[in-house]
Amino acid sequence: MEAFIDGISAISPQKTLAGPVFLQELQEYNGVHALKCMEPLYTDFLDPMASRRMSRIVKMGVCAAMKCLKEASLENPDAIITGTGLGCIEDTEKFLTSLYANEERLLNPTPFIQSTHNTVAAAIALMIKCNNYNNTYVHRGFSFESALLDGLMLLHEGSADRVLVGGLDELTNHSFTITNRLGFWKKQPIDSLRLLEYKSKGSLAGEGVAFFALSREKSEKAIAMIRSVETFFNPGSPAETERRLSGFVEKASGGMGIIDLVVLGMNGDPEMDEIYHHLVNNLFGPVPCAYFKHLCGEYDTASSFALYLAAAILKEQRVPEAIRLDNRSIGQIKNILVYNHVRNRYHSMFVISAC
Amino acid sequence: MSDRVFVTGIGVISAIGFDFEETASALQKSKSGIGRISLFDTVYKEEIPVAEVKASNKELAERAQVRQDGLFSRTSLLGLIAARQALSQAQIRDFTGSRTGLISATTTGGMDRSEIFFKEYLKNNRRGRLRDIVTHDCGNSTEIIANQTGIKDYISTISTACSSSANAILLGARLVKNGVLDRVLAGGVDALTLFTINGFNSLMILDRNGCKPFDEERNGLTLGEGAGFLMIESEGSVKKQGKTILGEIKGYGNACDAFHQTASSPEGNGAYLSMGKALATAGLKPAMIDYINAHGTGTKNNDLSEGIAIKRLFQDSVPAFSSTKAYTGHTLGAAGAIEAVFCVMAIQHQWIYPNLNFRQTMKELGFSPVTTFQYHAPVRNIMSNSFGFGGNNTSLIFSGC
Repeated sequence: MEAFIDGISAISPQKTLAGPVFLQELQEYNGVHALKCMEPLYTDFLDPMASRRMSRIVKMGVCAAMKCLKEASLENPDAIITGTGLGCIEDTEKFLTSLYANEERLLNPTPFIQSTHNTVAAAIALMIKCNNYNNTYVHRGFSFESALLDGLMLLHEGSADRVLVGGLDELTNHSFTITNRLGFWKKQPIDSLRLLEYKSKGSLAGEGVAFFALSREKSEKAIAMIRSVETFFNPGSPAETERRLSGFVEKASGGMGIIDLVVLGMNGDPEMDEIYHHLVNNLFGPVPCAYFKHLCGEYDTASSFALYLAAAILKEQRVPEAIRLDNRSIGQIKNILVYNHVRNRYHSMFVISAC
Repeated sequence: MSDRVFVTGIGVISAIGFDFEETASALQKSKSGIGRISLFDTVYKEEIPVAEVKASNKELAERAQVRQDGLFSRTSLLGLIAARQALSQAQIRDFTGSRTGLISATTTGGMDRSEIFFKEYLKNNRRGRLRDIVTHDCGNSTEIIANQTGIKDYISTISTACSSSANAILLGARLVKNGVLDRVLAGGVDALTLFTINGFNSLMILDRNGCKPFDEERNGLTLGEGAGFLMIESEGSVKKQGKTILGEIKGYGNACDAFHQTASSPEGNGAYLSMGKALATAGLKPAMIDYINAHGTGTKNNDLSEGIAIKRLFQDSVPAFSSTKAYTGHTLGAAGAIEAVFCVMAIQHQWIYPNLNFRQTMKELGFSPVTTFQYHAPVRNIMSNSFGFGGNNTSLIFSGC
């Protein structure tokens, strides 16, 4: 199943609001445990009345979606589909906190209403008065992938011509504290762009929102093409991962031969990164490799940032030094393989091509 | 590719029964599951009725065939019980030779345990047992069901508020139709929690006397808990194994009301569109629907909006309809799947369920739901509606074969 990408937009710890040109000037964060999004001035994008009661993730989501639709000149998509690992956790925490603080009395319903996982997809539909298909996936490291696969299937089965698909997750103080206690993050503060130099356990926390306007037919708007997407769950060994990935590349693009760049989901945790090194040594051969989680941090839907990055690279034909894993020569970039996993359980693979 | 998509197994647990046999018996006896809160402490114990599954987590763990060592949320246990029933009825014991997926749905995931964690954590952020928070996210219960049953070719979770599990069934049917999978276990689950009781209470839409769907004097919904799963299979998969077919998923439609984050539009646009789409995919005319299992929560807003949408679509020949929520309560993320199970049972046995607690016809509608259990109703095609926050509206059509 394939589709053309007519528009992309992201709100992330990088200057992605400016578009693919963010590649010219990557943002570095020093002495941090987590990366947070660079948020826009929302009044530039959203009606202040409409956005007054929106939480941060809803504002980021709606804002990125609007920008994406505008870029693709898409007024009324045939579907709005989002993926989010944890949904609107700020509002969930807010409602739980007031529930205990006020002993269940006189609670403000707004955080409860907005804690629903499909709040962003619904808010987008509400804003553009879109009565079409609307769905939200919430399966950990497969959340964005499920949304993307649904969008591609709608295009494939002919029930949609153009769809809007997004991945979104927010980091809150509470969610950082709790995942930190679970041992997800490095204990010492780090410089983000040097993420892979630290050999300690854990990764760098992150967050972000990325939206894609996808189309069945190629138009002058198309900036890239998604050739293939696949996922696999909980592989038993590095050999199984290698077999699945090479099978995918074979099917999607006839082998590594036409791949000009590989984008990998290394997150700085030596145990989690082992499989990427295994693949660099055994599967990718002479193909130049890059990575991305030092730009956005680790989160359930980080693969949506990777897809945004890959589309931006195809458009700009630029691979910044700071994301490269080697110094192999890079010519014209036509085909990119993206491979990411979350906690070695949720593995996803995309091939995205110039068109 | 499979032109037709069949149901070969059903599983259900709710306040009216631990399996589909008990459920069928309660439905026939018009026995509601609504009662007092006993599962946890809340200031609303005496005030707000709910529809609980009458079993502790320990008892549920036994039924789910797992050791309750404190690692499972109530959500996972309920889901696993219904999932195992559906697999067993479909006589599926192993997963070799078929691509099998699991799509579950939930609105609050393992919130029943997050609440235990959060209460301690709020006093001191180094407190709260971590094993009570790792079950928080919606994917947790799905993965426990996948691990316990052995399904692994495709796993996903949907969360679109009260239409969640109707969307899981819709996606399952599409994955089979498109040939991505041979069979899918699709459904949803939600456990009662302090979070949801207080959430709906803060919206002032909980009826203090138990819900009365489609009644002129209705005054809100009643929350429930439970799980429902359908085993969905392709035509090829059914034929290959000579399976007994319980029903066919003939149509499905998802539309967005795009009116308000929580309220439904007065003209019922989203509902009108989702029902219309379901008819279109099924290739059926409105007159060919014999029964509608309505969303019918009992709130002023939903029942009016849904009723008006039904009137717009079916005009002068509104089919027999009822809401079964006065039996089970509104089970949120499980509602679409539990009611899908009811629809499949209705197709099998030619039943129409009564809408309990109904007394007086709504002035704006002028038509009324079915109020007695009908045993020999000719039921060929049934429409099932599930509508959620964010205007997320999904309609499914189940048919006899």
